[in-house]
Amino acid sequence: MNLPRIIACTTRYLYLYKRSLPRLMEVFYWPLLDLLVWGFVSTYLSGYKGTLPDFVSFFVGALILWDILFRCQQGISVSFLEDMWSRNLLNIFVSPLSPLEYVVSLLVISLVKLVLASSVMVAVAWLLYSFNIFTFGVLLVPLVANLIIMGWSVGIITTAIILRYGQETEVLAWGIAFLFQPVSAVFYPVSVLPPAIRAVARFVPSSHVFEGMRRIIRDGTLPVEELAWAFALNAAYICFAIIFFSWNFREVKKKGLLSKVGE
Amino acid sequence: METVVEARGLTKEFNGFRAVDNISFDILRGEIVGLLGPNGAGKTTTLHMLLGLTTPTAGDIRILGRNLEKDREEILSRVNFSSSYVSLPYSLTVWENLSVFAGLYGVKRPGEKLKGLIKTFEIEDIKDSATRKLSSGQITRVSLAKSLLNDPEVLFLDEPTSSLDPDMADRTRKLLKDIKEKKGLSILYTSHNMKEMEEMCDRIIFLDRGKILAEGRPSEVMREFKGASLEEVFLKIARKEKTCFDGADG
Ligand SMILES: Nc1ncnc2c1ncn2[C@@H]1O[C@H](COP(=O)(O)OP(=O)(O)O)[C@@H](O)[C@H]1O
Ligand SMILES: [Mg+2]
Repeated sequence: MNLPRIIACTTRYLYLYKRSLPRLMEVFYWPLLDLLVWGFVSTYLSGYKGTLPDFVSFFVGALILWDILFRCQQGISVSFLEDMWSRNLLNIFVSPLSPLEYVVSLLVISLVKLVLASSVMVAVAWLLYSFNIFTFGVLLVPLVANLIIMGWSVGIITTAIILRYGQETEVLAWGIAFLFQPVSAVFYPVSVLPPAIRAVARFVPSSHVFEGMRRIIRDGTLPVEELAWAFALNAAYICFAIIFFSWNFREVKKKGLLSKVGE
Repeated sequence: METVVEARGLTKEFNGFRAVDNISFDILRGEIVGLLGPNGAGKTTTLHMLLGLTTPTAGDIRILGRNLEKDREEILSRVNFSSSYVSLPYSLTVWENLSVFAGLYGVKRPGEKLKGLIKTFEIEDIKDSATRKLSSGQITRVSLAKSLLNDPEVLFLDEPTSSLDPDMADRTRKLLKDIKEKKGLSILYTSHNMKEMEEMCDRIIFLDRGKILAEGRPSEVMREFKGASLEEVFLKIARKEKTCFDGADG
């Protein structure tokens, strides 16, 4: 691992965002719209005082956390697409930068985008819905860490697939996270899922994160078991992602596809 | 003379189709070697194998005395590549693009290096323009500047001058020759410009359907194939099989 090279590669993406309004919009626009719509929906519904306490917190908290996972995955895949579209992959991979260093620079840039988008969301949630995410306190750290790791894993796998199968699979960069949304039990407890899907959800780290979040809001206690599940699953996810990427990269070089990506 | 590139039995099969078929050659320090041949002969595939972008089906590659698979990072920091088929990120300015690559190659004092190369390739006036606004000839010059950032010992060029105007192409050739004389740069070069090959190359390798058909100094190859120019030789070789085919047909 060579830090200066990783920094150089990351700077590349930052230059992109410096001047491009559409790209900056992409960072802020969707999260803000999501937050506005769902925030108002939950404010409205909370007027019908039901059995659910803290209705707004459940919803808005879930939305902000979900966006963390989504941004991380997308931050990686879309940055890779930028390289693909600009037909720059060959130049990158004839430099001494290793594939692993390349992936790390994608992770760094996804964090930068995440911090930008999340700060805006957190601020707006606080202003509009008086929802202060920091009431989670230090418990926020393991929740967020798990979502980031899962987002990275899914992002790395998506990138590997696009690298191998080309343009037709580009849509995965935007769509794949939604495949995980129903089983992540973002806005409802896992218990409402039918048994078959519940079984799947058990092996999706994010479902444990959101269960944990609801536990914190409801009881204010540390959801030890949920967090343990999430961390264990995530360790497996990220290992699989890295192995899958390396294997796939070797296959791509065997098939001589590096010069063809994006065509 | 020291051998900087050593290819032995290099072969690449794509789904059973042999794009490069058991070729062996050396490149010496300070030597310019031209790889020529019709479209689809396997030139680009050969370059990509030498750069570690494509894994050979069989064969060995040693560059600067090292094994490409084991010492990828070391080798790649001492060689470079430019191709008219590869672009640079469009949204970045010329300066930004070059400084990113300076970082990737770990160039010491990148500012000075960039200024020097920008002057050499006469791209001062466009250094702050977004790459998207450049003509293909201008992008080629930026790409060539990129390929010299790390003072490479071996340069792999895939049709580097194809989009340059005759004046710029001529100056680029002079510049490359000059670096070769002064610093012992070795170049493996592909081009469809036969006059350029004659002028530039110490040696040429003629590829056809993945095999080496002829190899030697341009003058030797011309003598062997009884052509007055490389262009004539190229046409002879490229059309030979076609004429046989036409003959059989008619
Ligand atoms: N990744 C690939 N998959 C399948 N076939 C390929 C691939 N890359 C090149 N080829 C084929 O290999 C042959 C040699 O291609 P190439 O090396 O690009 O030729 P040249 O550069 O001499 O024009 C061509 O027939 C081309 O279609
Ligand atoms: Mg070619």
